[in-house]
Order: sequence, then structure tokens, then C-alpha cells
Amino acid sequence: MTATMPAPSPEQPTAQTPEEAQRGRWRQALREITLGGPLIGLIAVVLAMLVGSILIAATDPKVAATAGYFFSRPGDTFGAIWESISGAYTAFFKGAIYNFSRPDFASGIKPFTETLTFATPLIAAGLGVGLTFRAGLFNIGGRGQMLLGSAIGGWIAFAAPLPVGLHPVVVVIVGMAAGAFWAGIAGVLKAYTGAHEVIVTIMLNYVGYYLVFWMLSTPGLLQAPGSNNPKSPPMAETAVFPPLLGDQYNLHVGFLLSIAAVVVVWWILERSSLGFAFRAVGLNPRAAQTAGINTKRITIIAMCMSGALLGLAGVQQVLGTVTTGFSAGIDAGIGFDAITVALLGRSNPWGILAAGVLFGAFKAGGYAMQAAEGVQIDIVTVVQALIVLFLAAPPLIRAMFRLPEPGAKRKAVKA
Amino acid sequence: MTAVALSPTLDKANTVSWKAPIVFTLFTLVSALLFIGFSSDGHVDFRFSPLTDAWQIPPLVLAGRPVGIVGVALLAVITVASIWLASRKRRTPVWLAAVYIAVLLIAFLAWAASAAQTSVIPLAGLLAGALSLSVPLVYGSLAGVIGERVGVVNIAIEGQLLFGAFSSAIVASITGNVWVGLIAAAVAGVLVGMLLAVFSITYFVDQIIIGVVLNVLIVGLTSFLYSELLSPNAATLNTPPRFDVWPIPGLSEIPLIGPMLFRQTPIVYLAYIAVFLVWWGLFRTRWGLRLRSVGEHPTAADTVGINVARTRFWNVSLAGGIAGIGGSFFTLGSVGAFGQEMTAGAGYIALAAVIFGKWHPVRAALAALLFGFTTNLQNTLSIIGSPVPSQFMLMLPYVVTILAVAGFVGVSRGPAAAGQPYIK
Repeated sequence: MTATMPAPSPEQPTAQTPEEAQRGRWRQALREITLGGPLIGLIAVVLAMLVGSILIAATDPKVAATAGYFFSRPGDTFGAIWESISGAYTAFFKGAIYNFSRPDFASGIKPFTETLTFATPLIAAGLGVGLTFRAGLFNIGGRGQMLLGSAIGGWIAFAAPLPVGLHPVVVVIVGMAAGAFWAGIAGVLKAYTGAHEVIVTIMLNYVGYYLVFWMLSTPGLLQAPGSNNPKSPPMAETAVFPPLLGDQYNLHVGFLLSIAAVVVVWWILERSSLGFAFRAVGLNPRAAQTAGINTKRITIIAMCMSGALLGLAGVQQVLGTVTTGFSAGIDAGIGFDAITVALLGRSNPWGILAAGVLFGAFKAGGYAMQAAEGVQIDIVTVVQALIVLFLAAPPLIRAMFRLPEPGAKRKAVKA
Repeated sequence: MTAVALSPTLDKANTVSWKAPIVFTLFTLVSALLFIGFSSDGHVDFRFSPLTDAWQIPPLVLAGRPVGIVGVALLAVITVASIWLASRKRRTPVWLAAVYIAVLLIAFLAWAASAAQTSVIPLAGLLAGALSLSVPLVYGSLAGVIGERVGVVNIAIEGQLLFGAFSSAIVASITGNVWVGLIAAAVAGVLVGMLLAVFSITYFVDQIIIGVVLNVLIVGLTSFLYSELLSPNAATLNTPPRFDVWPIPGLSEIPLIGPMLFRQTPIVYLAYIAVFLVWWGLFRTRWGLRLRSVGEHPTAADTVGINVARTRFWNVSLAGGIAGIGGSFFTLGSVGAFGQEMTAGAGYIALAAVIFGKWHPVRAALAALLFGFTTNLQNTLSIIGSPVPSQFMLMLPYVVTILAVAGFVGVSRGPAAAGQPYIK
């Protein structure tokens, strides 16, 4: 019955069967979450940071001490709260953007290069997750794919005797292939058996973790010779990404790879027929199938490309961030952060670039905050999760700020 | 509509499933390689009763290699039988698969122990430890079953377990009462469940996205509060009392299974009751009928006057509460103090148990027990110094789940409307 009908567009719910209307509205809701406007994103960030500030102030022992005599001298409490929050944000700014206590620009700007260094794998990984969103898939397996990319790429990086120029190139290609293979398992199972990619990728995270852990603790595989720790030897000098702005900054050439990945993914999604097929399958798989798109093939390709990008993030970790040998925690939670990056970036490559830099700033600033003010780095995780939580519910934010509904008044908002 | 819905079912009924024979052949070949090709001259010593028991069952000592050869021969026979059945277009019966798994397990234990430094397999300790590792998984899988049966995929089990563990540790430390801590854990789980419900049911946010984000939020929040508050004030905030062991008179004296099942803390007994109640509730009461109808066909349920959104909201919250109680086992039942990310992915294993248990509370609980068993088997094998890399044992639940969702282990088909929001 549904197959004989022309594929209806989701914008016209009146001309559909109830089933199709429901699906159309559901897709509309999903699109709103993943592809909505930038204003909601800004509000979500501000709201989340507000909640973060409350948490920082509430757990500050000085605030708690002054709150003990709040009713006799309330000014003290407010002073302590102000000090706590302003101190945290000053440290954050000095750690993530520009350190104004340094004498010259070259050393003052170092925090921003740190932000970009942290952003490098986040951008690549976020692109990977965002790509699957566009194809109507959900890749939670970033951790496993990154680990495989790091492990196999890292193996080439410390074991293979290759010349200077060629070595990192081979490592990047092999790492991306390893990530693509790991995600491809989920893609093939989804395409040919219907196994839900979410469940398979979650399970593959753990399988990958234990696999890499085993390789790291087995002499002759990845374990550093003469050591009992589950850790690899340092990467070969020939393989490590050279610094991008000179030796005084940690920013490495991997950042350029992330920028290149943004451009390539943008081109694939917006300008190539493959990207059109991705979006068609993501919006309506049945219509795409009817139009002659091989949805099984597209599912597998999308998962493999996503895994390749996460593998790239894994390689950036071993060749850029931690070059002294890696352990099974080399992914550093980036595989999960990538989901929040992709959601904040609304699955748009340029949006993901911006979101990756923002979350990179959170990480760089978070460490500075922990060092200077003793605010635990975990606050960054809370703020990131809250951003996505607020972002995920545009109706909630719209209700809170009395913003207009999208759709009818959409053009007015844009103009 | 009917024709469209029926045709795939009819097609499927006519096809023969070769999955069981394929899986059996694969495992038999691997077993033959390991148990015969890489066997050693050692022996295996199965200990059935702990030394403290009054009523001792004599230990069973066997040579490793003959057990392996006999085991592989049995596995081969079952595989051939399965291939024969498939060629006759008949399914491999469940009992045959169970026998296959049992033979595989015994042969594996004999092989692992005969190559190890110590050849003793303490079965009583193995089983008791397995149960205690399974308890949070059982609660988590019940939460997953209720959630998916009502149509909401509960990825946030991990967060509910962790928040339950966190709250129970704090509240039990402050009040000094384990039962208050247990209630606090349930309340914490309900809160996470309600957040999941609000975002997925009221705001139609993708259930998987919201579940993942809630897990990240809870991990961040509990880790932050742990380092800011719990760790500096450990004496007042993070030293909860623990549940006492309540041996059930009579039953706890049964050899082998008595100490395992009936010499436990009240949280464990509560888990038995919860499994029964959820099973009974789901399949024998009006509540369960309504719940399942909302999860299978919300439009039909709506037509007969069931409030879909409300049913989903309260049952997702209830599921959160059950998972929260499961979380309290980490603190009040086993470890005591709360630690950062102490649930260590148990919520995801519980999710795996839901799928492996085919969305049935009893089967899911059994799957949780199986996963707890493999984890503890790994512990036991690494204690006796077995050559099997522990990581491969730890991988097992996840691999089995992938095989299950891919349809290689039985047919797994969840509630029809799970994961889909109901928009009127």
C-alpha cells in the first residue's frame, strides 16, 4: 500500500497516510535536533555554562563556609560566589584562548594553539559521527574505531622502518583503514542482517578495547620490549607529525588533516552524488530504494567512511598528542565526545569544525581551571552533556525564551 | 496493508535457517584446534564444595586431554545432527543447543585448567562470584526489558546504575542506614528515568541520543561531585554501611547451589523477587498487557483508550528506579565506597542481556547470569594462571550479543515500536 504511493515529502503531512505523517513529523523532529539553527546552539551553550557555574560555586568550600553565616552577612557569600566563578572563568580564558599575563603575543597565544590541538581529533571524530547522522545511521562505536586506528596505525608508526615523508602517510592510511574495517563490521551486519548499528557499535567498542588491551599486553605485538605494562613503545621519529607552528607550540600537522577532512566531507555530502545518496537514504530509505539507490551499499559505505574518520582521529592521537607510546586509554573519551560535537555542529562539516574548536577550548580551559582553581576537569563533561541536552530539545529552549516556532516563521527568523 | 505485513513472514517460514549449523561447525572446528591441537598432559580438578561445608561432595579429577577429545567428539556429533536437521528443513531444538554449550563449557574448563599452573576449578566459588557480579546486570536488564517493552530504548541504564550507586553511597553514609540508601538509589534511578522520559516522550528527542547524553552527563556529574565533595569528605559522605548476609535457613545448606543462591544479601533476594514480579506483571496483569500493547502498536493502544504518553512516562521512570536499586549493589552490596565510573559499562552489558534474553524478563535475567559467569570465569582462570588471555574471556558477552542481534543465535526481534516516538 505504501509502496504504490509516491514518496511524500516530510513538509506536507496533510497529504499522507497517518503512518507516513507520523514518520514525516518524526523525521522533522530528528532534523530539528541534528540540523537546526545556530541561535538554539548559542543559547544551549550559554545555558549549559550557567549550570556549570552554579555547580562550580556550589561545590567551592569557600562559598560553603560563607553560606554558614549567610543571614548575618549575605555579602560575603555573594562575594565568594563571584570570586569562585570569575576565578574559574579567568583561568578558563587564560587556558583556552589568550594568556594575558604573558609578556608577548607569541607566548600569550599559546593557549589558543592548545585549544586547536585538542580540537584536532575532536573535529575528525565529529565528522565521522556527523556523516552517519546524515545517512540516518548512528555510530556510537567511535571508541572502538579510534582504538583500532590508534593500535594498527601506531604499530606501523613504531615498528615499520619507513622514510621521513612517507611514514606518517602510511600510518594515516593504515589507521583509517583499521577504523573503517571496525565500523564496516557494523555496516555489513546492518545491511545484510538488519542488526541495529547502535547495539553492534556499542558492543564493538568493548570488543575493540579488549582486543587492543590484549595486543598491548602481549610481547611481540604492541607491548614495549622489556616492559610489563600494557603500553606500546614510543612512535618512531620518522612517523611523528611535525609541529605546525614551530617547536614552542604543541599544534601539529594533524590539524591540517582535520581541516582537509572538513572540506572533503563537505564536498562529499553537498556536492557529490554519493553524498546525495547518503542524504536520500537518511531522509527516507524506502524512497531512496525506490529511486534506485542501493541502500545496503550506502549503509556500508557510510559506516566505513565514518570509521575511517574516527581512525584518523585515533592516528592523530598517537602521532600528535601522545607520541611517547600509547595505552588502551588512548581514545581519551573522544569517541563519545564526537557524538556531542556532531550534534552541536548539527551534522554540518563547518558546524562540526566550530563545535570541535569549542570543545577543544573546553578541554584546554578545563585543564587550566583544574590547575589554577582546583575545579575538577569533569565539569567539562557535564557542560558538554548539558549543551547537547538543551540542544536536543528545541521546544524546551523555545518555551524558555519564547522563540518562534520553526516552519511557518522560519524565513523570518533567518532574515 | 495485511498483504504487505504478511508476505515477509510467509517467506521466512519457508526458508531453512543454516545459522545454527554454521555457528556449531565454526565452534567445533575452533574447539578441535584448541582442545586437541594445543592440549597438555595436565589434569583438571573440579571442586564442588568449599572446604568449609559440612556436607562434602568428593572432587572430580580428570585428565585434560581425554576430556577434550571426548568433548570435541560430542560437539562434532551435535553439529552433524544440526546439519542433518537443517537439510531436512527442520530447526535445531533449543535443548540440543543447551547440551552443545554445556559440553563446550566443560571441555573448555578442562582444557584451560589442565594447561594452568593450578588445576583446581572451585565450582562453588565460581558460581557464587558469578551471581554477585550478575546482580546489577539482572536489575539493569529488567529496566531494559520494561523500557523496550513499553517502546522506549533505555540506553541510559548505565547512567541509572551509576547514579543509583552514587546516591546510595552518600545517603547511606549520612543516615547510616542501608535501607534508606536503597530508597535513595531507587529515587536517583527514577530521576534519570524521568529525564529520559521527558526528553524522549514529551520532546520526541531520539531515544538513543538522549540515552547516550544522559550517560555522559551522569558520568561527568558523579565524577565531578566525587572529586569535589566525596573524596575530601570521605569519612562523612563516602563510608556507607553494607548489607549483612542473610542466610536462608535450610536452603542455604544445599551443597553447591545453596551458598550461591541463598547465602546472600537482601539486595540479591530482592532481585529474585523483582524478576518474578516483572515477569508476572508483564504477562499476567492488566498493567503488563497495556505496557506491551503500547510498545508493540501504540496507535492501536491509543485507539482503545490507553494513554500512550502517560504509560510510557511512568513505566520508563519505574524502569529507572529498578536500575537505580541495581546500582546500589555496587556500593551497599559489594564494594562499600563509591568510586568514579565504578559501574564500568555494566549498563551496556545489561542492554546486551536484554537483547540476548529476547526482551523477556526471565531470559534476560538468565542472560545476565551468563554474562556474570563469563566475567567470573575470567577471574577464576586468571587466578589459576590459565594460558587463555583474560581479554578474550571479557570480550565474550559482547561478541555473543553481536551474534545475537545479527541473528546467528536464535531470532532476536524486539517490540515493534521500541525506539519510535508516538506522535499523535
